[in-house]
Amino acid sequence: MLLIGKKHLDEMVAHALAEYPLEACGLIGGSAGEDGRAVVHDVYPTANSARSARIYEVDARAMLRADREAEAAGGQLVGVYHSHTHTDAQPSPTDVAQAPDPDWHYVLVSLRDLHPAVRSWKVRNGKIEEEQVVLQW
Amino acid sequence: MSVAVRFPTVLRSATGGKATVAAEGATVAEVFDDLIRQHPDLKAQLLTEDGQLHRHLNVFLNDDDIRYLGKLDAKVGDSDTLTLMPAVAGGA
Repeated sequence: MLLIGKKHLDEMVAHALAEYPLEACGLIGGSAGEDGRAVVHDVYPTANSARSARIYEVDARAMLRADREAEAAGGQLVGVYHSHTHTDAQPSPTDVAQAPDPDWHYVLVSLRDLHPAVRSWKVRNGKIEEEQVVLQW
Repeated sequence: MSVAVRFPTVLRSATGGKATVAAEGATVAEVFDDLIRQHPDLKAQLLTEDGQLHRHLNVFLNDDDIRYLGKLDAKVGDSDTLTLMPAVAGGA
């Protein structure tokens, strides 16, 4: 389960729209619970080094900065978000194959339809499982 | 030379849960050797079978990517920090 404030949800969607038609990506900082839930403290929009409408690569130096900021805020990186410009908000086979951390939360922002769709997933051993996204005030 | 090495969550199962490990060495390669001596499970995570840096691993010496500093031959000094991070990528 991913608990996220409206501000951070808006930030991810706004970033996805701003980068359209390219894929946008960024990192999620927060605190991770032992039951697999995470509370989002911050989102860190990063450059997509691939500059592509079909693939994304989080800029490594931006990730270093995000990692330090998340740790300084008392948390850690707990996941990554990226946009799908023409497909639904579900991890692609490439997303699954390249998922770096089984404990992370993988948030997808789909811009396929007029209204952006946001869904979150866990990716473990090549399998995806959707998790609940809970909006917090 | 003793450097601090910071590990991402995904590698901490190989360090006994530690986020930071102190290691000795004058180059990144020597530091990695010492890390692997301390935590043998790290070997497959850090290096390919032919001893090269894993393609999906980014290594920063303080603020700089070691790919631009001579990769595993990059020199390290006391009070330096190495930060290891997975490459994060995907595609529709």
